[in-house]
Amino acid sequence: MTEMFRDKVDVALTVNGEPVEARVPAGQHMIDFLRLDLGLTGAHASCEHGVCGACTIRVDGVSVRGCLMLAAQADGAEVWTVEGLTDTAAITDLQDAFVARNALQCGFCTPGMLVAAEELLSAGGTPSRAEIREHLSGNYCRCTGYEAIVDAVESVAKARAGKGDA
Amino acid sequence: MTIQFNDPDRPNSYIGKTVPRPNATKLVQGRGRYVDDIALPRMLHVAFARSPVAHAKIGEIDLDEAKAVKGVLRVFTGKDLAEVCTPWVAVLAHLKGLKSPPEHPLAVDRACWVGEPVVAVVATTRAAAEEAASLVMVDYEDLPAVTDTMTALDKDTPVIHPELGDNLAFRRLHEEGDVEGAMAQAHKVVSARFRTARHTGVTLEPRSILVDWNPAEGQMTAYHATQAPHMMQTVFAKHLDIPESRVRVICGDVGGSYGIKVHVYPDEVATAAIAKMMGRPIKFIADRLESYSTDIHARDHEIEAKIAVDKDGKILAIDVDDWTGIGPYSVYPRTSAIEGNQVVNLCGGPYDFANYRAQTTVVFQNKTPTCQYRAVGHPIAVAITEGLVDMAAAELGMDPVEIRRRNMYADDAYPVTSPAKMRFEGLSHHASMDKLIGMMDYDALRADQEDARKRGKYRGIGIASFIELTNPSPFMYGIGGARISAQDGCTVRMDPDGSVVALSGVTEQGQGTEAMLSQIVAEGVGVNPSQVRIVTGDTQVTPYGGGTWASRGAGIGGEAALQAARALRDSILEVAGAMLQADASTLDIRSGQVVDGDSGEERMPLEELGRIVYFRGDTLPKDLPRELVQTRHFITMEYPFAFTNGVQASYLEVDTDTGVVTLLNHWCVEDCGRVINPQLVDEQIRGGIVQGLGGALYEEIHYDAYGQLLNGSMADYLVPMAAEMPDMQIGHVETPTGESELGAKGAGEAGTAGAPAAVMNAINDALRPLGAQVTEMPFTPERILRALGKIED
Repeated sequence: MTEMFRDKVDVALTVNGEPVEARVPAGQHMIDFLRLDLGLTGAHASCEHGVCGACTIRVDGVSVRGCLMLAAQADGAEVWTVEGLTDTAAITDLQDAFVARNALQCGFCTPGMLVAAEELLSAGGTPSRAEIREHLSGNYCRCTGYEAIVDAVESVAKARAGKGDA
Repeated sequence: MTIQFNDPDRPNSYIGKTVPRPNATKLVQGRGRYVDDIALPRMLHVAFARSPVAHAKIGEIDLDEAKAVKGVLRVFTGKDLAEVCTPWVAVLAHLKGLKSPPEHPLAVDRACWVGEPVVAVVATTRAAAEEAASLVMVDYEDLPAVTDTMTALDKDTPVIHPELGDNLAFRRLHEEGDVEGAMAQAHKVVSARFRTARHTGVTLEPRSILVDWNPAEGQMTAYHATQAPHMMQTVFAKHLDIPESRVRVICGDVGGSYGIKVHVYPDEVATAAIAKMMGRPIKFIADRLESYSTDIHARDHEIEAKIAVDKDGKILAIDVDDWTGIGPYSVYPRTSAIEGNQVVNLCGGPYDFANYRAQTTVVFQNKTPTCQYRAVGHPIAVAITEGLVDMAAAELGMDPVEIRRRNMYADDAYPVTSPAKMRFEGLSHHASMDKLIGMMDYDALRADQEDARKRGKYRGIGIASFIELTNPSPFMYGIGGARISAQDGCTVRMDPDGSVVALSGVTEQGQGTEAMLSQIVAEGVGVNPSQVRIVTGDTQVTPYGGGTWASRGAGIGGEAALQAARALRDSILEVAGAMLQADASTLDIRSGQVVDGDSGEERMPLEELGRIVYFRGDTLPKDLPRELVQTRHFITMEYPFAFTNGVQASYLEVDTDTGVVTLLNHWCVEDCGRVINPQLVDEQIRGGIVQGLGGALYEEIHYDAYGQLLNGSMADYLVPMAAEMPDMQIGHVETPTGESELGAKGAGEAGTAGAPAAVMNAINDALRPLGAQVTEMPFTPERILRALGKIED
């Protein structure tokens, strides 16, 4: 293997606030690196070509499809998954709202859905239901029919806006 | 002591209330444990080389390149697995005439659909197994493919399985009354041709299985994303020659099922066979192309149907000729004749009429096998029935609500037997319709529709009444010889700390099964739901049962849980009576405390009773029973099925320039008997509606004339997304079944059953002033523009 076409790549990144160094296969997807090598099984592989959003994670502040990114691209990145967002209590209100509203059934889409929803909410403002639906259109849910998810996200948006006013 | 369900202030009144799901919190934290999250020591991965053609003789197989891939340990062909795994034949004795050839875990001599597994590659990583599978070289000698349903029985069409004689898998004709006579004398006869597209379930978690064979113990453990663990236990035992008692199926979190994960799949049986041959854990996770090409398909029907009405709109006769293509094999063990059979059973379901004829013709073809998927047969039967009723109303100039009111069984008519010979214990079509009309403010909506039309907008209202088959008895599968349990059981025990554990044979795939069970057990025993732990999905631990399908979890599993909980309560109170020197009948259990039944005065916490029974049993009378574990089973006996009913309405707008349909609102009133958890029932209905809306507007598996699958990805097979879906208004009427104390019927499929017909009728209501009509689902922009005459070729 030449330096130009290595089949293994060294990466150093942070995942959920913790430093990670690894030598990853050049073709390994980020979602597989997280799930197989780091044991972070919260984000899920589903369609494996960037359509369904079940593998959505946060990379350098934005939602990214874990199945469309190579682990080798993560050198120097700051990566957050549902596990880290849970441990740091960053999305507790959103998680509580999902449980209270039963905005999940099988739960397979939920970790990705939460990351996508948090991206919208953290942009500030109080999105309308239509804006919430539009933002979540890259995340498939086959169980709920979406309405409960929209309700949960809307309730958190309003609650956060209320707190901001106070 | 019976539970006073109508008194919301009764003690421990958890049944009928929205109680949070105990397993939801772990799922929002990413702490679920789906099959692919499990890794076992020495685990290997299997990937499959699959047929790229619809029908071919399998010639020489060259495995050299595949075996050379780093990490590959073994490669298996169909002949290799046939030595350790017996084939299966998916027929049922009560579906007379149903035939199907033997099917192997890997194709042996012949591949019969695109995606059929041919060679299995086992490697240390999934990536290596997949790479090697792509390097398997098979010499496929093309055979003619049968792809068209309607010509499958023609003389010049090749026969897929020559040993079966023809391509007919199953045919059933049901006749009641004098259809020809009624048609001849009718005021109006309306006929139409309907078509429902091939769908698949698109579970976000693909099919997943991890099988571990321990030769030292002679035990197989399968971690399986399945709806029916005990059924799979029987299947693995039977076909891999293992005693049933030595097969354990564990079903943890399941990422969606909808009927997809209740069938036997060749690649999953192959995984188990390979685990047994290699003595190591083997994992198979389907990729998305495998999901589209090998998960069961459903609903590929073509129908000619007629309705006859008198001048008052009374239905005189319905005549249905239904055809469906099921792929090359009937699917094991439930068979692929059930869907067509359901169409025959369900057409005309809400209506009191006399003359009925329906025939279903089920043919083989070289496509992915079809089988039972959420609301089996219902969306087809409801579309036929409600489409015809709306067309008849239009022909008569009658309001679609009015024609339904004139024909639905009266709410006090029950019990009745339908012309399809279905027996209805108690339904509420009129009360449900009245509630729906109120919720949607029908007259105001008609005014809005008229107003919109003046502005050049084409809006439509569509109504769909329906019945839904739930709580199946052995009449569904057991009488046909399938080892699929219609009975289910629950074991409830009290531990020393006063907490309660319930083990149930029904399973959870996100419906809220465990929440439902926890609130029933909590009320039945007299503790808080948080004091109840639910265990499901482990054949070595739970009572034997059927699992979760056909909307049976609450009605069957819930009643078993209630009876077990009540029995435990009685056992606890017998001990409490001895300890407190009181008559047990004067005591009650409330919020984990033994109390005086009349005054509610607290006498003793359950943990004190637990301490005495488990650690100081010497202080209790010698002959006092102290069994703090009780098991009860439940099976329906009076009716083969507990039918539910409901009615849906859709309000939408059709853009007549683009053919695009915009859903404006959707309503559903549903009667599933006793509602145990209102929130969970509503969300089952909403989710079901959206699956039905997908069928109405987007979902369609495409094949070319050679049987090649054309849209095997989520980018090409469209499912509903958040932005296109409406908010939905859900209402209930409650007509509990008398078969159980709980009175619950199923609710999981009602949404899917009625939504497509409601949308079809709404589109046709919108298009009627333009003289256009659509009856072929999904109602894509292209089909709508063709109906409008705006595309012609």
